[in-house]
Amino acid sequence: MPDTLVEPYTRLREKMAQRDRSLREKVVSLEEAAGFVQDGMKVGIGGSTMSRTPMAMLWELIRQHRKDLSISRCIVSTDGDLVFGSGIANHVVTSWFAQGILWGLSKVMRHHVENGGKRYEEWSHMAVGMRFRAGGMGVPFLPTRAMLGSDIVGQRPEAKQIDCPFTGEKLLLVPALNPDVALIHVQRCDPYGNAQIDGLQFMDIDLALAANSVILTTERIVSNDQIRRAPDQTKIPFFCVDAVVEVPYGSAPHECYGLYEPMMRHMEAYVAQVNADPVKGMQEYLDRYFYSPKSWNEYLSLIGMDEVLEATQKGRSIYND
Amino acid sequence: MTEAQRYTASEILAILSARQLQDGQVVFAGIGTPLLAATLAQRTRCPALTILFEGGVVGAFVEPGKLPPSTNDQRCTKRANMVLGSADVLLLLQRGYVDVGFMGGAQIDQFGNLNSSFIGDPAKPKTRLPGTGGGNDISSLTNMIVAMKHEKRRFVEKVDFITSPGFIRGGTSRRDSGLPSGGMWRVITELAVFGFDDRTRRIKVLALNPGVSREEVQDNTGFRLDFDEMLHVTSPPTDHELETLRMLDPDRLFTA
Repeated sequence: MPDTLVEPYTRLREKMAQRDRSLREKVVSLEEAAGFVQDGMKVGIGGSTMSRTPMAMLWELIRQHRKDLSISRCIVSTDGDLVFGSGIANHVVTSWFAQGILWGLSKVMRHHVENGGKRYEEWSHMAVGMRFRAGGMGVPFLPTRAMLGSDIVGQRPEAKQIDCPFTGEKLLLVPALNPDVALIHVQRCDPYGNAQIDGLQFMDIDLALAANSVILTTERIVSNDQIRRAPDQTKIPFFCVDAVVEVPYGSAPHECYGLYEPMMRHMEAYVAQVNADPVKGMQEYLDRYFYSPKSWNEYLSLIGMDEVLEATQKGRSIYND
Repeated sequence: MTEAQRYTASEILAILSARQLQDGQVVFAGIGTPLLAATLAQRTRCPALTILFEGGVVGAFVEPGKLPPSTNDQRCTKRANMVLGSADVLLLLQRGYVDVGFMGGAQIDQFGNLNSSFIGDPAKPKTRLPGTGGGNDISSLTNMIVAMKHEKRRFVEKVDFITSPGFIRGGTSRRDSGLPSGGMWRVITELAVFGFDDRTRRIKVLALNPGVSREEVQDNTGFRLDFDEMLHVTSPPTDHELETLRMLDPDRLFTA
């Protein structure tokens, strides 16, 4: 077990003290933002499953051939496939790993975990949440009553079973997870990084507080005045955030609440291709959609106007009566 | 038309699962048949059923024909009462707000333990399955209904890996493991409805589905089954149940 399983508190505080937490503009390009993610880092990913995945940021990291990343996310979908299939990550911490319930098992995950030497570290969904929350609270662990008695706990020496000092009950302590960097996609934020999230927030607030740096990608950059008109909608405060990138449709082909649903024809074609051949199918997918396009807009063009507009119509319909 | 031709295996699974829920309950539902069956119960007998999803949804009211592809999609929130973070909705289970958890299963054993992690030796698995998601949290912390396909390879004496605990090794082993609350309550398949013995915590057949024999259930199960003294035959799906179910899932996303 690495000695850095739980980051020592003094080191967490030192890193925090060194961060520039002043109210300052931090808008950069996707290429520049990728510079915050270095080989070997622990990278937390916001959203869940097919929702608010920071796909554009992952797309850029894959194009820049990062390596040896350790990814954590509450539930992974095709993003899990892509980080293993592209080779940027060799370790994924999550509670569920497949493309989506509609498509059964991920052959990509199976290939890399069963034969390819990559690690899928499984925790219960709530345990992932408690790990980010402990990280965000500045404590080394949190107790939970889940996972006890299961074989998952036997596979996780990182978790410690104790007898509660107050009641004597069995409890499981799960270690804090403080990613080096978090990638989070939101509907809107200002140039300082005050981020507003519509709909499902998943574990993004805890993740942002836990991480030692945060890259926000956003559908829109709005003015600070707009943020101040509805401060109750701000879910991530600016001082957590180190970079802001405006990327419309930055979760495609996954969804972004109120703006677009998942692009299901693209997802189905992807799943058919990579599950038919998790190596060659994945390589062809990455060549066509990740390495060849000159820009994120060109990637969206390849997904196709019809598909993007249909997903947009469905996404906006959440606000219809 | 014979009885069996009136509905598919996945339709009777959804309908019999929905019948296990009671009006006024708080139910934590997984994706697929559980989501569909909970919604069916809500639109038929249980208008005051409160449905939770692990994406963070409290009081879901899923729209007919717009079933979400996972419990983390925006469609889950339409007309819901509240949206929480996903850790917080799972913590409602730990605090005890949830009456019943409701999920699918890939492999189950005689004590109701579920495996969704590994087929074969976990150290060198034949198949790495997707994993627990919220399944372990739900089954650790509340009373469970499981809806699943009935096949010999899925109904085994002992699961390869306990992802979501049932009664572990039977008797008091669940409580002794640090899980004082909840446990497996019902298992629904296209062949039968199962419960668990109060003392041994071993699975037993409570009711046969219409047109299904004892032998058929036993032949599709990988261990010796007990049959309840009060064994009966479940009443067939009503037209109203079938019509409502097909209205909710016209594209047969979860009832193929």
